[in-house]
Amino acid sequence: MKHSIWQDGIKIGLIGGGVGVLLSLIGMVEAFSQRHIISNVISMGHTLLLVIALLVGYMAAKRASQTQPLRVLANGLISGLMVGGLLALLVMVGNLVRLRAVFINASPVLYKLLTFDYGIGSGIFLLLCAGTFSGVLSGLFYLSPALARRVLLTSLSSVVMAGVLQDLLRPTFALWGPLAIINEWLFAANGLTIQGAVSLFILMALIIYFWAKRGSAVKTGFRGLPPTKQRALRTTGLLFLIIVLLILPQVLGLFLSEVLTIVGLFVLLGLGLNIVVGYAGLLDLGYVAFFAIGAYTIALLTSPELGFFGFSFWSALPFAIIVGIIFGVLLGIPVLKMRGDYLAIATLGFGEIIRILVLSDFLRPWLGGAQGVGKIPKAAIGSIEFAGPQQIYYLILAGCFLVGFISWRLRDSRLGRAWMAVREDEDVAQAMGINLVAAKLLAFATGAAFSALSGAIFASKLGSVYPHSFNVMISINILCLIIVGGMGSIPGVLVGAIALVGLPELLREFADYRLLVYGAALVAMMLFRPAGLWPEAVHRRELQEEESVGTETESLSGPEPGKQEGV
Amino acid sequence: MLEVENIHAYYGHIHALKEVSLTVEKGEIVTLIGANGAGKSTTLKTISGLLRPRKGSIRLDGEDLIRYAPHEIVVKGIVQVPEGRRIFGRLTVMENLEMGAFSCPDRRLNSANLERVFNLFPRLEERRNQVGGTLSGGEQQMLATGRALMANPRVLLMDEPSMGLAPVLVDSIFDTIRQLHASGTTILLVEQNARMALQVATRGYVLQTGTVVLSDTAENLRRNEMVRQAYLGES
Repeated sequence: MKHSIWQDGIKIGLIGGGVGVLLSLIGMVEAFSQRHIISNVISMGHTLLLVIALLVGYMAAKRASQTQPLRVLANGLISGLMVGGLLALLVMVGNLVRLRAVFINASPVLYKLLTFDYGIGSGIFLLLCAGTFSGVLSGLFYLSPALARRVLLTSLSSVVMAGVLQDLLRPTFALWGPLAIINEWLFAANGLTIQGAVSLFILMALIIYFWAKRGSAVKTGFRGLPPTKQRALRTTGLLFLIIVLLILPQVLGLFLSEVLTIVGLFVLLGLGLNIVVGYAGLLDLGYVAFFAIGAYTIALLTSPELGFFGFSFWSALPFAIIVGIIFGVLLGIPVLKMRGDYLAIATLGFGEIIRILVLSDFLRPWLGGAQGVGKIPKAAIGSIEFAGPQQIYYLILAGCFLVGFISWRLRDSRLGRAWMAVREDEDVAQAMGINLVAAKLLAFATGAAFSALSGAIFASKLGSVYPHSFNVMISINILCLIIVGGMGSIPGVLVGAIALVGLPELLREFADYRLLVYGAALVAMMLFRPAGLWPEAVHRRELQEEESVGTETESLSGPEPGKQEGV
Repeated sequence: MLEVENIHAYYGHIHALKEVSLTVEKGEIVTLIGANGAGKSTTLKTISGLLRPRKGSIRLDGEDLIRYAPHEIVVKGIVQVPEGRRIFGRLTVMENLEMGAFSCPDRRLNSANLERVFNLFPRLEERRNQVGGTLSGGEQQMLATGRALMANPRVLLMDEPSMGLAPVLVDSIFDTIRQLHASGTTILLVEQNARMALQVATRGYVLQTGTVVLSDTAENLRRNEMVRQAYLGES
């Protein structure tokens, strides 16, 4: 470690500054600044740059040990300065050269944003100061005790999240009379009010602080209760959760219920692919095919437009699932001997075959070709019709519960063990007496059944099916969500679906940058949490907590290179 | 007990086994020795059903095994300790052992087997909750052997158990094999370390380019001129 003091700060700062400049030039900062986090104080665009400066400052500060506070602060300061400096450089260059010829977003508006509306001279000075200041703040943050860090981080990020998701929160509060007061206190026309932000910050800080102080006491208190009481408490918690889930669409209103249904469909898909990829380790990139098969089976059996059968949704549903299973097995047989990359390519091909088949003129009389199939009836029980998102939500919720329950039972079953062995090492699994053919085909079939169920609900939800709804991006999306959530983990699927499907739906106005953020998030995930947001290992650790605390948990939570094989 | 008669096996067009015959009697340790590529591992693969012979027969207590799939052969009682150990690196020791008992649904038998494995390898009991991948090479070999024992084998096929281990661990592996032998386990042992293998084995077969060139008791093989020169490195 004989390199100069400045090196770390400069290097990391340059990277951060580069990212800042890039995000500015592609217009992300400008687009984000439309929305204010705190009304008239800070916009989302500025927050984005601030977060970069803070993050970079923190990373630079981390390069030094906490015992050398000066060095920490210096590292933070330099890197922050670098971020500010590069952005300042962008403003200066932009004023001399017409960058707009190449970068359409390098507009005067952007420069105004970057200089905080103070003109070139003082603006650049302010920019440098802001960068330096955030760098130093990060340094101080790094030096502060762990509890303070946790409190600060959580409260600040909840303020930011409240600002980002204001469109979600505001209408929710507005629905209930008494809660409208919160709305007025918290939100201005655009963004949080100052007093709202401050009170939210304080509230969150207090909650985190007390949880940190008392949380373990509460937990041990819970463990100390007699088992019957523990179970009663758990059941109450579960009941409460179910009630919340049941009234959710009424509380959230139409748009958010729609988002929920989309998330729910992806949860169904994710749980299915989780069996194939997460449990059995078979990398399937053509998974959307089964989604399409489920949707088209419903269309074929129910739509009066095609006029073949005219089944109701419920009588067509079992057929959709059975057809899905049949195709799952049909795909499984030819790829039984394939592994890893080869399997991925072969399944990718299968997905495309199905999409092109439904698109083809050849099958047009049956499947509608490029025009798709319309007039698919809604599902109904008695006189209740699952028409709008607020009703379909319940259908999907029921599906998720069912599929989640099956997944959970399967994981701990004999079949689940067989899948686990196949995932870890096919040859040895066979040598342990596991029927490889059966295990793989069952994985494909189960995954396909879940996916077909999701497709069936999707068809009845939209009332029509089109080939272009089933492109390869859906498969990739599902795969990403189970990787981000945590391979093989059931709650991970939910978390992944919310993060990768729900959030982008809520932030539609920034849809241009969706893929960029998506990609960046995936890279960051693989670097920092390769096991996923809610890894399965946590569960395993919990189960064995009494027996072992030491070595095993460490090696499970650490980044394991082997964890990513087959991805 | 295990009779392999005139098997011919192919990898594509390559004629890997040419008329290999061997027998293993109950309670014996039989070793297959030979150079790299002589067909030792191929023979094991054929016995455990991973490779189908084109000709010949493999019988366990008179029952023809060739028509069975690999997982059924495990149930019949032929269990392999794979080459290079191949333990489940991300699973704990306990989970690895449970996986070994997959073919054997009898719980009481399983717990008896588990006790036996832990008696044989106290080290594994100490590390029962450790992740397999973090074990040392010697411990991994213990785990691979223990895992195979959990399947309640009638014939244990061991493929190069000493491969890649330090000399002191090699000794302990062979001690284990002796212990297994003493407790009545029937073993077919494939080894490059012919010297050690011939010390523990009752009988041996010498394979050369896919054919058995020599078969005798281990003692006679140790004295055999050709074996001494080619496999024991003596002149």
